[in-house]
Amino acid sequence: MQAYDLSQTHIVTPAEEIALSTNQLQVYYGNSKHASMSDASLSFPRFQITALIGASGSGKSTYLRSLNRLNDRIARIKGEIIYRHTNINDSKVNVYEVRKHIGMVFQKPNPFAKSISENITFALKAQGITNRQELKQRVETSLKEAALWDEVKDDLNKSALALSGGQQQRLCIARAIAMKPDILLLDEPASALDPISTTKLEVTLKELAKNYTIIIVTHNMQQASRISTYTAFFHLGHVLEYDRTERIFQTPMIQATHDYVTGNFG
Amino acid sequence: MTPHQSDRIATQLINLLVGIVVLILLFLLGDIVLSGFPHISWHFLTSPSSSFSAGGGVRDQLFNSLYLLVLTLIISFPLALGSAIYLSEYAGDNWFTGLIRTAIEVLSSLPSVVVGLFGYLLFVIEFHMGFSILSGAIALTFFNLPLLVRSIEGSLHAVPNSQREAGSALGLSNWRTIRGIILPVALPGILTGIILSAGRVFGEAAALIYTAGQSAPLLDYSNWNPTSSSSFLNPMRPAETLAVHIWKVNTEGVTPDAVSISAGASAVLIIVILIFNFGARAIGNQMYKKMTGGK
Repeated sequence: MQAYDLSQTHIVTPAEEIALSTNQLQVYYGNSKHASMSDASLSFPRFQITALIGASGSGKSTYLRSLNRLNDRIARIKGEIIYRHTNINDSKVNVYEVRKHIGMVFQKPNPFAKSISENITFALKAQGITNRQELKQRVETSLKEAALWDEVKDDLNKSALALSGGQQQRLCIARAIAMKPDILLLDEPASALDPISTTKLEVTLKELAKNYTIIIVTHNMQQASRISTYTAFFHLGHVLEYDRTERIFQTPMIQATHDYVTGNFG
Repeated sequence: MTPHQSDRIATQLINLLVGIVVLILLFLLGDIVLSGFPHISWHFLTSPSSSFSAGGGVRDQLFNSLYLLVLTLIISFPLALGSAIYLSEYAGDNWFTGLIRTAIEVLSSLPSVVVGLFGYLLFVIEFHMGFSILSGAIALTFFNLPLLVRSIEGSLHAVPNSQREAGSALGLSNWRTIRGIILPVALPGILTGIILSAGRVFGEAAALIYTAGQSAPLLDYSNWNPTSSSSFLNPMRPAETLAVHIWKVNTEGVTPDAVSISAGASAVLIIVILIFNFGARAIGNQMYKKMTGGK
């Protein structure tokens, strides 16, 4: 692979209202002294989709999973994650509360081995919501928001495992938004889906961006350019460029970004 | 040799090996059940054993075996479940966890006679518990724990990590995720572990000779007071189990019909294990369906 100058970066701060930002975020896996993610300082605009792109091993998933502190058990994370004027990367902060505000959808659909409606109500019940009417309402609203309602409204008591991959992934999105989060993190949510399901998912995400701040890791550059407002390019554990999506894809400032988006990479 | 040929040879060899195993199993089961079945009668199952004359039954021994099994599971299942959850979900990958695993492995390779003698010295003598069902159940717990812990840990491990991540990402605590999501999925595997260990408990003799004893005092099945010495529920009374009974009538027995008693008792033993096996699976399937929303 061609060696790029990792110190040369171009990172903008969006003019929009900021929902979440990181300051000098570093991630160390296990006892490693080598940072898997170094000094990432990014700000994510509210009610927009931000895409994180880069080759495998560039640290974009590592970065994303740190944002709701899902890496806590396997990595040390230094630096600040600012959410509502609070640094949530602090051992005193209640991580369970953080994760209710910052939801996540994973690469492989991972519905619980429960019925469709239980998949959504399980975490709500754990939160103490027991009113049947409210639970029913939340199931319906979140499934509608995730554009799955019409396909499953008659089978809410069927096992979620009987759904197709694309439906399972939209169920996982419904499960995440039923918690009424502020921010939704998506880790390559379409990589295990066929093109039709992918299109459906993208339409859904665009719709969701009206009410949620979305940060999405993707390998698919067309996808990034189709749905996101801002894009960050990751390379070898560094963020090299962060700007509006059209600038990243049309007039990138950094050589590595240019090579990556034009397919002349590696 | 072409790939096709080598594949055919390998397949035939594997079939042969499986065939040998199946034959051995069928022969054993068939022999025990066929030669024992004619001796099983309502009288055999419902009358107490007799020490000297022919015509004794296995009523008390059969009950003792079941009671001991239940008591052993009541003691060992919570312990095993707790340690398996710890090992699979909470323990870090360090020397301490390694030590626990090694200890469990060593425990599982202890000969049952050693476990029995240990139980005899510690519980029967030192703790003054005497030859009793409770001493036997504790000894069998030692014997049973490694198997249960390993099998429960294995079935917890088999639940994909993505399920735990899904729980965490929804702001659920580890415990909530384990209890509500991981355990239901692992249930069939846990059940298999219980069934396997139950079979071992049910058939165990050596560890019980020194702990639960070899005598079967007359039991009063209408006395439901577990503290009364003649009650069938009293855990502090000596209790000869079915497996011990089989061993005893064959080694020290003076009854003229020792051979038919042991044949009948062996068949009863096998049949009860089979009933337990199918019963536990049926109940488990029901629970699994209920907890996972059916499929």
